[in-house]
Amino acid sequence: MERKIKVLVAKPGLDGHDRGAKVIASALLDAGMEVIYTGLHQTPEKIVKTAIDEDVDAIGLSILSGAHMTIFPKVLKLLKENKREDILLFGGGIIPKEDMEELEKMGVGKLFGPGSQTKEVIDYLKDWFEKSRKQ
Amino acid sequence: MDFENILKKLKEKDRVTLSRVITLVDNETKEGVEFLKKFYKERKDSFRIGITGPPGVGKSTLLNKLIERFAKKYESISIVAVDPSSPFSGGAILGDRLRMDNIYKFDNVYMRSVASRGSLGGLSSSTENILQVLEIFGTDVIFVETVGVGQSELDVMEITDLVVVTLVPESGDSIQAMKAGIMEIGDIFVINKSDRDDAYKISEYIKSILQMKYQDKELAPPVINVSAKNDTNIDELVNRIESLKEIFIQKGIIESKRETRRKKEVREILRDMFIKSIDRELKIIENKNNKDVSPYEISEKILKKIDFKSLEDIWKER
Ligand code: B12
Ligand SMILES: Nc1nc2c(ncn2[C@@H]2O[C@H](COP(=O)(O)OP(=O)(O)O)[C@@H](O)[C@H]2O)c(=O)[nH]1
Ligand SMILES: [Mg+2]
Repeated sequence: MERKIKVLVAKPGLDGHDRGAKVIASALLDAGMEVIYTGLHQTPEKIVKTAIDEDVDAIGLSILSGAHMTIFPKVLKLLKENKREDILLFGGGIIPKEDMEELEKMGVGKLFGPGSQTKEVIDYLKDWFEKSRKQ
Repeated sequence: MDFENILKKLKEKDRVTLSRVITLVDNETKEGVEFLKKFYKERKDSFRIGITGPPGVGKSTLLNKLIERFAKKYESISIVAVDPSSPFSGGAILGDRLRMDNIYKFDNVYMRSVASRGSLGGLSSSTENILQVLEIFGTDVIFVETVGVGQSELDVMEITDLVVVTLVPESGDSIQAMKAGIMEIGDIFVINKSDRDDAYKISEYIKSILQMKYQDKELAPPVINVSAKNDTNIDELVNRIESLKEIFIQKGIIESKRETRRKKEVREILRDMFIKSIDRELKIIENKNNKDVSPYEISEKILKKIDFKSLEDIWKER
């Protein structure tokens, strides 16, 4: 049986901009992936707990509030504490280029800004999955 | 794979391990099957409660309220929420967590979302296996949320010990249209969203249908009005579930349900293996010399050729 890619799409913090997250979630659905959508106002702790219990392959965070430099590192840290750094952490939203570069250096995957094509996201995920997940 | 170590970690209630083992069986891997074979005897007799009903009636919201009560009463609670896979893309949106913030408040609650995958509208063929892993983990109560359309209604009855059918005040018209089934499978009927108009009209209507079906009125399933949103009458539902559970245990109903379930499962696994071994032999049809041989005759030939000893290998090939 073909193995499905399982992705958690989450909106952390007080950020109420959920259009982007919904667009991405439904694009991933159309690409044949299994998407867990948990809605607004998730804490990093909840996000990581969900990722572990659902055993997802990847976590996609959508942040348009400017809180990306605190939230991404926090989620990375919690994943590490739980020995699940194998889970891909990636995302998108309003994130300045310098911040994207810094986050990617810390071990965050690709980040997608406004106007990104959903196909780019899908290709990126499939490619990552092919390289690092398929035994 | 170090199965003994995995079992040890499961018994220590390690959730990372639990999640990974569930993935193994959800993906129907060889390791998953081996794990279940090896540790089947380790499982606890968890009480399995099915929550079914049409989309949007508030099953997840209601479950969120039930979790709160059950998590305080039992050592370990699990939830498996099954959502339909898209028949077009094969993907799925698993959104039941959206309404279940209580799963984050209690450390003894484990929740897993699964897509129905191959079985359209029905339960995933691996759902039973996931429940078995949770039983090996040692959970006391397992809730299974499924969308009640078509086949899944029957599926949920087969894999659980008690079924709560959830409807809403607006369900009246659709009850008649609903395929036979939903009225037969419920052990308890819940009218959720009873904060709305006509909630008692519909519960009286359902009661009257049930009273006709059951000669002995004492045996007719209870119909309970609740509001998950306002937390009204949830305790009454919990009490009904608990007292039915006791009755089911006393009367040996659960015992016989489990036996039927095992029998069905064996049958299903055999059928699955059998079809796979037949598929291997279908090449015979491609042989030009067989062009004018009747399908009956070909079938007989294939039946003679099948090597039943190799079924194990077929299973391992997955
Ligand atoms: C629509 C909008 C709103 C709507 C939101 C409606 C909703 N339910 O989403 C409303 C009016 C409610 C709103 C409110 C506010 N907004 Co506003 N809003 C916007 C606006 C105009 C468009 C956002 C949008 O929906 N885009 C369409 C979607 C599809 O694009 P997207 O989210 O960027 O997603 C794409 C990519 O970023 C990426 N992506 C996004 N998420 C993810 C996740 C993953 C996993 C991946 C792979 C990719 C990905 O892929 C998507 C597709 O390309 C932006 C400006 C802009 N042009 O971006 C401001 C903007 C985001 N808002 C802003 C602000 C300040 C606010 C308010 C604080 C305003 C106020 N003072 O009240 C409030 C805050 C509300 C809250 N609780 O958070 C600022 C944020 C500034 C910052 N971060 O420093 C912006 C940038 C405007 C600006 N230039 O100042 N807003
Ligand atoms: N008015 C009212 N709305 C409710 C009640 N329970 C759930 N809902 C709403 O019904 C919608 C669907 O709920 P959900 O639990 O996701 O339904 P499910 O698809 O059956 O799991 C949500 O918007 C809930 O807020 C209730 O008791 N009363
Ligand atoms: Mg639901």
